[in-house]
Parts: sequence; C-alpha cells; structure tokens
Amino acid sequence: MGAVNILEQLDLAVQEGEFLVLLGPSGCGKSTLLHSIAGLIDVDAGSIHIGDKDVTWVDPKDRSIGMVFQSYALYPTMSVERNMSFGLRVAGLPKQEIAKRVQRASKMLQLDPLLARKPAQLSGGQRQRVAIGRALVREAQVFLFDEPLSNLDAKLRTELRRELKQLHRELGATMIYVTHDQVEAMTLASRVAVMRGGRIQQIGAPGEVYARPANMFVAGFLGSPSINFVHGQLTGLGGDRAAFRAGAFEASLPREVFMNPPPATADAVLGVRPEHISLTPPGEAHIPAEVTLVEPMGSHQVVWLDMQGQRLAAIVNSAVPPEIGDRVGVAMDLERACLFDPRSEERL
Amino acid sequence: MSSSRRSRGLRNVAAYAALLPMAVTVLLAYLGTMAWSVRVSFSSSRTLPVDNFVGLAQYTKLFETERWMLSLQNMALFGVLFIVGCMVLGFALAVFIDQRVKGEGVLRTVFLYPYAMSFVATGLVWQWLLNPELGLQATIRGWGFESFTLDWIVQQDAVMYAIALAAVWQASGLVMALMLAGLRGIDDSLWKAARIDGIPPWRVYMSIVLPMLGPSIGTALVLLSVGVVKVFDVVVAMTQGGPGLASEVPAKFIMDNLFGRANIGLASAASTVLLATVLAVVAPWLYARHRAGAKAGAHG
Amino acid sequence: MSAVIDTPAMPVAMPARRPRALPRPARIGIYAFLLTAAAFFLLPLYVMLVTSVKPMEEIRLGHIFGLPMKMTLEPWVQAWSAVCTGLQCEGIQGGFWNSVAIVVPSTIVSILVGALNGYALSFWRPRFSNGLFLLLLIGAFVPYQVLMFPLVRAFASMSLFGTLPGIVLIHTTFGMPVMTLLFRNYYATVPRELFMAARIDGGGFWRIFVQLMLPMSLPIIVVAVIMQVTGIWNDFILGLTFAGREHLPMTVQLNNVINTTTGERLYNVNMAATLLTSLVPLVIYLVSGRWFVRGIAAGAVKG
Repeated sequence: MGAVNILEQLDLAVQEGEFLVLLGPSGCGKSTLLHSIAGLIDVDAGSIHIGDKDVTWVDPKDRSIGMVFQSYALYPTMSVERNMSFGLRVAGLPKQEIAKRVQRASKMLQLDPLLARKPAQLSGGQRQRVAIGRALVREAQVFLFDEPLSNLDAKLRTELRRELKQLHRELGATMIYVTHDQVEAMTLASRVAVMRGGRIQQIGAPGEVYARPANMFVAGFLGSPSINFVHGQLTGLGGDRAAFRAGAFEASLPREVFMNPPPATADAVLGVRPEHISLTPPGEAHIPAEVTLVEPMGSHQVVWLDMQGQRLAAIVNSAVPPEIGDRVGVAMDLERACLFDPRSEERL
Repeated sequence: MSSSRRSRGLRNVAAYAALLPMAVTVLLAYLGTMAWSVRVSFSSSRTLPVDNFVGLAQYTKLFETERWMLSLQNMALFGVLFIVGCMVLGFALAVFIDQRVKGEGVLRTVFLYPYAMSFVATGLVWQWLLNPELGLQATIRGWGFESFTLDWIVQQDAVMYAIALAAVWQASGLVMALMLAGLRGIDDSLWKAARIDGIPPWRVYMSIVLPMLGPSIGTALVLLSVGVVKVFDVVVAMTQGGPGLASEVPAKFIMDNLFGRANIGLASAASTVLLATVLAVVAPWLYARHRAGAKAGAHG
Repeated sequence: MSAVIDTPAMPVAMPARRPRALPRPARIGIYAFLLTAAAFFLLPLYVMLVTSVKPMEEIRLGHIFGLPMKMTLEPWVQAWSAVCTGLQCEGIQGGFWNSVAIVVPSTIVSILVGALNGYALSFWRPRFSNGLFLLLLIGAFVPYQVLMFPLVRAFASMSLFGTLPGIVLIHTTFGMPVMTLLFRNYYATVPRELFMAARIDGGGFWRIFVQLMLPMSLPIIVVAVIMQVTGIWNDFILGLTFAGREHLPMTVQLNNVINTTTGERLYNVNMAATLLTSLVPLVIYLVSGRWFVRGIAAGAVKG
C-alpha cells in the first residue's frame, strides 16, 4: 500500500445481518477499508475474516462478497440478464443453475421486465438493482457499497435510499456501506462507524453516535447545521451539577452529561445542538443574544445568533420568525449537551 | 451547444459570406470536379476532353484491361493484409501497453513515430531493407543462414506482401493510438466489478472491452480502408509498380493514364469506380455516426 | 487491522497464506512482446542512420545492421548539396526550401479557413450549412484522382497551375474538411452562453471571431498546426501534380533522387536524403508528443 499508511490500527467486528455505514470525509480511509474487505487492495498487516473463513489472502471472487460501485459498473454492451449471469457462466456453472439463480434474483428485485434491456436503457434506480442483482446471483454473504448514491441528484438519491433500506429489510444480508453524507448514514445504518485519518472514531447506533459523540470531530460531523461549540471553563463541581462559564455566559450542567469524572477546573468546550436551543423574549432570566441571520427552511428556520461574541445556530419553528437585529434570550436544554476537552477533543 | 431544439440559425450576411469559400470548395472543387470526371468517363476523350457520349464503352474497356484488373486484385490483397495487420498489431500493442508497464511513454513514442514519416520515406527505407543483395536477405545469409530468402520485393507473386509490410509498419501506431484512447475511456470500476465477479483478464478483454471499443474500431477501420483505396505514394516509392506490373494499384493506374498515357476517358472511368468504392464504405459509416450523434445529445 | 464479519454458516476456516504476486511468466511475456515490437519499429530508423554514415565499400559488404567501421558524414553533405534532382544537381536543399515555402502559407491559410468555417458552423449555422458540411466531410474521403484532372485544367486556365499560390490553394482545399471538422468540434465544447454574452455586448460576426474565439482556440490551433505541417510536408501526390518544376517539395525530389538515378545507386546518400526529408515531421512529433496524439484522436488522416 505504499509508504503512507492509510489505515492504522483498525479493529472492526461486523454483526450478521447488520447495515454498517462507514462515514467520514474524503481521505479518511473508508473506501480503502471497503476495498480491503473486498480484496481489491492487499493489506500490509492483520487479517480479515468473513464468517469463519480467513479471507485475508483470498481472491475477491472467492470471498463471497458482492460490490456495488458509484458508477454501478454494469457491463454496457450486455443485457441485464447477461450482466447478472456472466460471472456464473465464466465460473462454469451448469445452465440450469444459472437460470435458477438469475430468476430468483430478478424476481426479488423486480427486474423481470427489464431482463433484455441494456444498462443505457435503464433508470438510475433500475441500474442500482441490477448491480445488486449481480451480487445476489453469486449468493454473496456480504454486500459492499462504495458511495453508490453520490453521483445522483437529490430527489433520486432519497428515492434510492429508501429502496435500499427496504431491500435490506427483505434480504436480511450483511451490508457495509461507505458514504460521506451523514443523512444517508443516519437513515440507512443499523450501526455507524465514523472514520477520520484512517481510524474509527466511534462506532454505534446512529442515535447513540448522534446524542453521545465520543469527540468533537464526531459531534461536528453529524447534524446539520452542525453542533454549536462554546469555548469556556469548568468553574466548579458541586453535588450533581457542574458549572461552566464562557465570558458572561454561565451554565449549570447535570453530572450525567459527563462520560468520565471531570477535573474540578479546566478549559472545556460546551457542545449544544441547534435543535436544543430555543429563543425566548429578551429580558427573562436567559442569556441575551442578537440575531444576525435567518435562513428559512420551509419546515423550520435556522437562526444565527451572536451571544456575547460566540456564534450559535438555533433551530426554531415559529409562525413569526425573528428578524435580523432582534434581541432575544437564549435557552439551552443542557441535559442533552456535552462537554469536550479542547486539547484532546475527547468527550469529558 | 445547449439549445434544446434545433435553432433556426442566425440570419447574418457575414456568416454567409464567411462560408462562401467552403461553399465554393464543396460545389466546385468537389462536386463539380466529380461530376466532370464522371461526365468524361462517358466520353471517348483521350488527350483532351471530347464532348461526345459513348455510354459505358470506357467502363467495358476498363474491365478488359489487364492492368486495371491486376491493380484491383493487388488493392484487394493489400487491403486485407494491411487492415488485418494494422488492426491486430495495433490492438495488441494498445492492450499490452495498457498493462501498467514501465516506460509507457517511451514505448508509445516508438510505436507511433513511423506515422509521422511520409509514405515516400517509408517506401524508400523498406525498399532498402528488403533489397535482396544488400539488405536483410544478404545480412542474414551473412550470419550463416545460407538458405534464407526474403526477396519479396523482386518476386511478382510476393511484392504486395513487401508493400503491406511497410504500410503496416507505418500505420499500426495509428490504430494503437485510437485503441488506447478507447481503452483509457473505460471506467476503472468496471475492472473491479469484473474482478469481483471472478472474470479472468483475457475474458474481460474479449467479452467486455472489445465490444465497448466498437466506435474506436469502426473509426480505425474506416481510416484504414480509405488509406487502402488511396494507396499510391508507398508503391511509387518502393517499387514503382514493379517488378513489371506486379504491384500496380488503382491510384497509380489512374495517374499514369491521366498524365502519362494521355487517356483521360479511361482514367476517369477508373476514378469513378474508385469513387463508388469509397462512397460505399464511407457514406453508411458517416450516416450512422451522424444518427448516433443526434441521438446522443442535442448539440445541434 | 482486522475485520471480522459475521455471516451465517460458513465453511471450515482456511489457513492464511501469503498470496503469490502476478505470475512471473505473464509479466515477462508482456515485456518480451513489447520489446520485440519496439525493435521491429526501430529497426528501419536504425538502419537508415547507420547506412547514412557508412562509405559505399562497407555497404557493398551487405551487413545492413553493422555499425560503421569508418564513419563519414560525406553522404549527408552530398544529399544536401550535390545529388541530382532531375536536371539540376544541387542536392535536396532546394526541395527543403520549397517545402518550407509551401508548408508555411498552406498551414496558415488552411487553419484560418478551417477556424472560420468551424466558427460559422458552430455558432451561426446559416441555412444549408449543415448539409454543406456533411458533403464537405464526404469530400475528405474522395480519392484525389477523381478530382485531379479537372482541377489541373481549371488551375491551368487560371494560370495557377505549377505556381506556389496554386499549390497553397490546393492544400487549403484538400485540408478544408479535416480543419473545419476539427474547429467545429472544438467550438462545440465552448459554452454557447459565452457567444450569446458577446452578442449582447454588441459584437458582430467578425469581431467575435477575431477578438474572442480565435484567441480562445489556442489549444486546437496547436493541434491543427501539427497536423497540417506534418501532413503537408509529407504530401507527395499533390506536390507532384500541382507544384510545378520550380516548387517541387522535398518528398517529390527525394523520390526523384532515389528512383530515377542512372548508374550506381549510392545507398548511403539515399538514406541521408530520406532522413533529411523526414527530419522536420519527426522533430515536430518528438517535441509535440501528446498534441500529436490529440490530432489523431480528432479523426485526422492525411494521405
């Protein structure tokens, strides 16, 4: 793999039948990991097991995997039927067996009326199904997806996403899916592995990773608009609450927010998601702020605030949204907040 | 062009004026001369054009002329050797170079440089190489292989092989370049998918890549075919049509009759036959490409 | 790293083993083929070079591959300034300058015309222009002989036959299809919005062409120059017919030198002359590299 290590010290255990999403920005190593599992890239150290079989040095075709690429990589001069059966024919399977498998896959994916068509005559969704069909006929145990929806426009993307989720329910197969789109990750995954710099930052159910991020990177990567970070200090612990101060802003957080016992005083970063911030009329016992920008989103509004020099985003659903320049009070649901160490970026 | 429907075209005097040279060229230099040639082929002109009509007399005479029939035979033989040789060698070169070999740039330069040389130079070099007394035959005999023979160029039955050899040497690089461009256009993920499907590389080339290269292959075939019909320079340079008339080709027959033997009626008939051959090959191909282009995208 | 993926009922575990690299024989075979092919292609060039610096005594020995025992540049000097090209015996240098005199104006004019045509066809599209263009393209494939005689007579009647302007005009005419195609395809990739913005800005036909499109066409002009210079320099049949005795291009003179000599053939001089004739296009090829290939990809073939 060259002199640069793309993946370091990575341990991953995938459960049977789960939909695991590898999520991360470009260059984080998620594609490399997927290609390694597929056998398209050789590993320098370590091992890969699929089921009980050690497949570290096994050819891709013998790993019992199927892979769907961003471009679907269908053989353009062959019909759908031939696309699905070509690999089997090359492997020398008897004609009856091939026909049986193609038929079964085609029925499952509703490809029957399309069997004679060429890829160029298919829609995006149909192509995706053919690509999956190709993996199905090989009786793959694990399905790998390499950013299959990245090239599509928004509407098609949501539609195919739903089809995919449906398919996973019907097939119950193990699926590993690579994407940089956190919405895809959240909606499709049974577990999400957030990656950065060749390491898995956190792995868990989408809700878990969203609500209890392990570090600032994960917290900031999930959620749109992203989480608000307020830099300040922990000023004291007392009983079951801790005090946080950032300039004139003071907050008191419940102990449950912490993952580890926190030091008594230290620099800290408070993370609060926009949907946990609400606006109140100014003057009440809440921190004052000024509205700098309002983005109407149809179902809600994103309001950008300047709270004593710190920039915050809040999600507000109001029939009368605030205007630029309004002075409002800011209320935060601190039960759902997190605290991070500014140096290590780890969760406190 | 992003117009979604066929735009009406902008009425502008300047545009018409600017295209006047092109119109003149097409109408006079191409269509006009072709019509003129065809007209002459129906007359009994010899040194100068004569304004009479003799029907198909020239054509009958043409196909009774041994020299013409021989030139057609030679062209057919040359055509097969040249096209097959170039396509096979060019494709093989492209495939092998595509295997991520070191020094790819140097190799490409080496395979393509003959195409930068004129056909005359190619003919002369190969004439020298195939010279029986002082060229390859003599050299290899000098190494001890007393019975080695490579005297195609002086053998009536084999001279076309010599010419084909020189021509393949010159033009294979062209086919290689065209094929390589096509190969490079194939998405990488296709290879990965084939690997996962368990398809061996040679099978990928045969069943997947080759069909995908259809357009490139079509282009190469048409270009080579046109070269076959036009072949003139290399014959003149290499053998002057000899030994005797053994390597006579239609283009040379026509030139000789036009300027040397002053029989323009006959020559025009021959030209018309040649023209018909070319059109038979090119017109359907151009039409097919035009239709494919129109279907693929409204670029006007 | 380790990745463990649970799946239902898999067969017995296989022992891990290091994979074998791509089988040696296959790799060796690839290189063997390529190197053999390279030798085939380089052979004539090598022989040309070697022959051109050998004295005739060595050549008569018949070892075509042998390096010269006594190297001499005399053949080159002879080829350049002393061989007989027809009636004169001043070497092939005359042909060289003739070729230059033909190539330079022909290239310039044919490219300008091609660019103009491509521009008009792409952006303005007057009536019938597409049909005309299609006919022009077919013309590109027509064998020269069909057009030859009428053109000769036409040129003679215009007193252009055998003159320099005449041969330039011929090359422009025969180069028009490919050049027009080249530029038309290039302008098809220019966004039409650019053109429309220019018109809104008040530009007329010529102004837009000269001040906007031509400067933008630099890449394709480079390709066109390479194609035309190579093609016209290497042309034989058109020069033979239309250039007239005082303007015969180098290719024609080369053929005269080698194939119409009486007496003993001086093979070393012949090879030197051939190399001299091929020098210009070969240098262009070596220097231009990728641009040359781009010209080919644009569907070009001359001669």
